[in-house]
Amino acid sequence: MSKTAAAIDAAKAQGRTAFIGYLPGGYPDKQTSIDAAIALVNNGADVIEIGVPYSDPVMDGPVIQQATTEVLARGFRVDEVFEIVKAVTEATDAAVLVMTYYNIIDRMGAATFARRLAEAGGAGAITPDLIPDEAADWIAATEEYGLDRVFLSAPTSSPERAAMIASASRGFVYGVSLMGVTGARAEVSQAAAEVVAAAKSAGAERVCVGLGVSTRAHVEEIGSYADGAIVGTALVAALRDGGPEAVATLAAELSGKNLNPRND
Amino acid sequence: MTDQPASPHFQDTPGPYFGDYGGRWMPESLVAALDEVADTFEKAKADPEFTDEFQRLCRDYTGRPSLLTEVPRFAAEAAGSEDSARIFLKREDLNHTGSHKINNVLGQALLAKRLGKTRLIAETGAGQHGVATATAAALMGMECVVYMGGEDTRRQALNVARMQLLGAEVVPVEHGSATLKDAINEALRDWVATVENTHYVLGTVAGPHPFPEMVRWFHQVIGDEAREQILAATGRLPDAVAACIGGGSNAMGIFHGFLDDPEVELYGFEAGGEGLETGKHASAITLGRSGVLHGARSYLMQDEDGQTIDSHSISAGLDYPSVGPEHAYLNDAGRVNYQPVTDAECMQAFEQLCRTEGIIPAIESAHALAGAARLSREWGSAGSQKVIIVNLSGRGDKDVATAAKWFDLLPAEDESDAPDTGVEA
Repeated sequence: MSKTAAAIDAAKAQGRTAFIGYLPGGYPDKQTSIDAAIALVNNGADVIEIGVPYSDPVMDGPVIQQATTEVLARGFRVDEVFEIVKAVTEATDAAVLVMTYYNIIDRMGAATFARRLAEAGGAGAITPDLIPDEAADWIAATEEYGLDRVFLSAPTSSPERAAMIASASRGFVYGVSLMGVTGARAEVSQAAAEVVAAAKSAGAERVCVGLGVSTRAHVEEIGSYADGAIVGTALVAALRDGGPEAVATLAAELSGKNLNPRND
Repeated sequence: MTDQPASPHFQDTPGPYFGDYGGRWMPESLVAALDEVADTFEKAKADPEFTDEFQRLCRDYTGRPSLLTEVPRFAAEAAGSEDSARIFLKREDLNHTGSHKINNVLGQALLAKRLGKTRLIAETGAGQHGVATATAAALMGMECVVYMGGEDTRRQALNVARMQLLGAEVVPVEHGSATLKDAINEALRDWVATVENTHYVLGTVAGPHPFPEMVRWFHQVIGDEAREQILAATGRLPDAVAACIGGGSNAMGIFHGFLDDPEVELYGFEAGGEGLETGKHASAITLGRSGVLHGARSYLMQDEDGQTIDSHSISAGLDYPSVGPEHAYLNDAGRVNYQPVTDAECMQAFEQLCRTEGIIPAIESAHALAGAARLSREWGSAGSQKVIIVNLSGRGDKDVATAAKWFDLLPAEDESDAPDTGVEA
């Protein structure tokens, strides 16, 4: 069973929209990034994404670029990401995905990357610049190690492509809410609901929406038509400005946990 | 990925895959646009209305065909002997805007009109492709935004002004390494958000399908003309064809005319920078390994983790850490021989061509000149009956400041303009 799908379904069983939070691995340093990820889970995240800092992040806006550039400048190595995933999965029950551009996986070898991710307790990976058309190696590797693989479906994806993406994905389909890169926006794009509907009618069991999602109101709006809401940039900015405590505060707000406290 | 049987046929290799290379390593958001470009291109190249208009522009606007000029004084000087190979230059430097880049840009701008797009975006390193795109946008009444590494906007201030005069907006890219690869990243980010009204005029035979195949097609006129011209001039095919390799568009253009003539040796000269041993180079084929960047699988300069390594070259146009996927394929197939040429070798050939022939080449193209000189020296007098064509992909006006600095021709007071020396009290 997919760890990510189980986490999404557990939220649904509690009558909640799954809340998925992104943080860049190793930002601002390894221990703080572990602390921030744990704070994220303890304040309501059902699934977390640990981003692998990469030299050429074409799907990322300025806030995430700035953070990952800083991490790379201090000599970050990919090994660190597995250590972070391990630390977070040991400390929490959350499904932990990594978010990585594909050359990082390609360089290590898809099978080795998948093995190491599975050994660290990771649930799988989101690959923003990998389309199913090119994913034969990655699909084989994730099958072998029982990992989730999250492909993106876009407002411009044809019904044929949406079907291919739904069938290649494991865990959930990442519905790209708008044509653009990561970054907080005032409103959730109108296109998001259509992307979710298209992915579902193409056979996707679970669709979560990301890009431009930054407030509790966005999460609730997305919850009316999707299985989960993905927040990145707003959390990265909180970590930048206020450390893990600020991540905790924002996560509690985004998840609605501060409205309905529960003990961990 | 499939293993293709060895075949002597290399011309017109269709995308998306060139052997193990090429493909579409791209965000899903752009796939629909890439499909649309591919479909429109396939129809356009079979449509006389399109091909006639492209040929008319090449003739009446660019000034094609470009000349083939023999350079005997350079050939003798470069080989250190009168008894050496004959060298001919394919004069893409004489095209309007000063390089081969205009061929591809006019083709893609025409295609953008067919696609109903009103805005062109482009990346540029030294500024040649940016200037060419700004030119085509002005000619066709389209909006134009050019992304350029912040470092490059400062080094190539004159080209920034040229693009602005042509009506383009130039956006300096300050993040990452602030060079050509980061300009491509930023252009892709723009395109993801604007694809409805915008065409991305990628400037080389790299990127996702259909760019490698399409950009080659717009440049293959170089090789077609050169083949005809050398036959007319010498009555036979050349022994070798030499071109510089950054992304590799001028090289694909001229190689195309000779790919299926096994007796013609093909040479691609990469930027060896300060020498491969220094790590400061842009020799992606010589020292890179297979990876994915900017939409294609190809040879890539990357570290053990898969992070892109910054490239280095005296020539901004070759300063790119990867190479078009068809070159990776032609290398592995053994059809083209790729070798590095250092900054020092290139600048020697640059100076020699200026002084012996009255032609100032682009520093990019000087890599091919230096490579041809190396071949000629290796052949020695046995090569005296041989013929080399060098693709002179661009003119060197843009490089005069760099050359003046290299050869120490600047007045002493200009030294104070050098940034961050930190020597002054």
